[in-house]
Amino acid sequence: MAPVGDNTVALTLGPVLYNWAPERWRDFYFRIADEADVDTVCVGEVVCTKRQPLFVPYVAEVVERLAAAGKEVVLSSLALVMDRRDRQGVHALCAQDDYLVEANDISAVGLLSGRRHVIGPFVNVYNEGTLAALAARGAVRVSLTGELPAAALQALAAANLAELEVQVFGRLPLAVSARCYHARAHGRTKDSCLYVCAEDPDGMMLADLDGHAFLAVNGTQTQSHTCCNLLSELGALQAMGIGCFRLSPQSADMVAVAALVRAVAAGTVEPGAASGKLAELLDGVPFSNGFFHGAEGWAQLTAPPSAS
Amino acid sequence: MSLAVQKSVAPGAMELVCPAGTPAALRAAVEAGADAVYLGFRDETNARNFPGLNFSRAELAEGVAFAHDRAVRVLVAINTYPRAGEPGPWRAAVDDAARLGADAVILADMGLADYARAAHPDLRRHLSVQASAANAEAIGFYAREFGVKRVVLPRVLTVPEIAALNAEIDVETEVFVFGGLCVMAEGRCALSSYVTGLSPNKDGVCSPASHVRYEDQGDELVSRLGAITVNRIGADEPAGYPTLCKGRFDACGRAQYLFEEPTSLNALRLLPELQAAGVTALKIEGRQRGRAYVTRVVSALRQAVDALARGEPMPEAELAAITEGGRQTAGAYEKAWR
Repeated sequence: MAPVGDNTVALTLGPVLYNWAPERWRDFYFRIADEADVDTVCVGEVVCTKRQPLFVPYVAEVVERLAAAGKEVVLSSLALVMDRRDRQGVHALCAQDDYLVEANDISAVGLLSGRRHVIGPFVNVYNEGTLAALAARGAVRVSLTGELPAAALQALAAANLAELEVQVFGRLPLAVSARCYHARAHGRTKDSCLYVCAEDPDGMMLADLDGHAFLAVNGTQTQSHTCCNLLSELGALQAMGIGCFRLSPQSADMVAVAALVRAVAAGTVEPGAASGKLAELLDGVPFSNGFFHGAEGWAQLTAPPSAS
Repeated sequence: MSLAVQKSVAPGAMELVCPAGTPAALRAAVEAGADAVYLGFRDETNARNFPGLNFSRAELAEGVAFAHDRAVRVLVAINTYPRAGEPGPWRAAVDDAARLGADAVILADMGLADYARAAHPDLRRHLSVQASAANAEAIGFYAREFGVKRVVLPRVLTVPEIAALNAEIDVETEVFVFGGLCVMAEGRCALSSYVTGLSPNKDGVCSPASHVRYEDQGDELVSRLGAITVNRIGADEPAGYPTLCKGRFDACGRAQYLFEEPTSLNALRLLPELQAAGVTALKIEGRQRGRAYVTRVVSALRQAVDALARGEPMPEAELAAITEGGRQTAGAYEKAWR
């Protein structure tokens, strides 16, 4: 664990949250293993258990390739655990000891208690009390929920209880549900979905009735339409002692995204210039950093001048 | 807990947990047959942090006295997530609930549960729906580590799933049966803060009225939340409050209520199944509701749970009277909802 105040930056690639075709999913991780400058890579189905069998045949080779490339492999658990099948999956994941597990539901937190694990962004950690309770049970890294403003991040970092991770790129997870909205949009139910979520590699656009796109639907998950971009805030995060930055996979070139984030963190590229390049990769999806600044999450605000 | 007065409740009846947004609503709920009322302090420590609602410390003391005299329990909801660096208001809420004789606190945050366990070991702890504990492993964790005695189940489970869950856990379960309906897993939804900056978890509000605007455009009423148009309502349509998840949006090229229609939860028909599933307590949503509504709904539910416990048919007329008007759904309790 990097001590607070250390300038070491670690990049985590979050799990693919969408229903990508199994071969595409495999090839994405192969390329990450071979080419991406990231330290940690999360693998596993977080959104919908129904998708898991699709890519399971490729998990072993993906994980081996990532590990062979020197990446820390983390297996991510399901966010909403309701029925027998969901629960069996969590038990199986937490029973293995080969790779670190990222708990995205309290079910996994309970099963992992007493040994080293990480906490994913779907577990609510808003304050030092919860951070302390989790750290006492073996959490070594906590990926924080997206809606925390800078003041909260600062207070959590100051507590120095576990390594903290903040999402700096990608659509933000906003909600999970028992209901599948992808299926519902197509007049189906979760049981009769026919995997319609596979049609939208970055989620299905949802606009208000004035035509403003504002959300993205990913099966049972709802995400921001905007793409979180905290390149201009990396310095402030590092000054707080937060040096673990999460990139959530989109269909955009994630190798290039990781390189840009790394360059800004290292101070070799200005955030503004890097954001320009990032925008070129994103095909018109707007940026947002509102949550960090205590504003509406969709908003893109100009960062105040860095104090450092 | 010893209660001085015995209420005339059928033995074995499920406990009726009723909303008390104000002292007047508390009295109404108690007099209409509540077994317990739930309420919050007048600040951001509870998930109904709305103007004009909730209790001062003095009002809680009076409410506890009134309820306890009539053998009704008082549950204090402290179910937002304490702000990092500022645990004071949340810890004070727990301390004051204990000091003023609350029968239990309803908590969502693990850190606050840890505090309550250490500071007030004898104060009964319930796990709020906002903690989103939807499975035996998660509930077992909260029971084992933080001494939680009851869990309010998130509105994501079917009745058979609730029955299976109750067979595996040692704590009581409480389920919502009537009133407002979250369609997202509770406590895991940032839609409101994405659009307004204010959220249930941080601020105790969802789609807050301060950000709502209505615009009459002649043939339609436009409702907005912040910068988002939540609905355009024709003259022949009922106008619901513009909660984001009940909005009409454009998906797949057509306007639809993608998340949920402007509807509320009504699981009255399922009461026998919920009783058979081993549910301990039934919760009525609606701390923002007035005393007339509380009286009407609590009275009907009182008759229904007592009839059920006696093995009698449910009082259809009374239940029908509270379900008139507006759209209603049994929500996630029925699998097809998913």
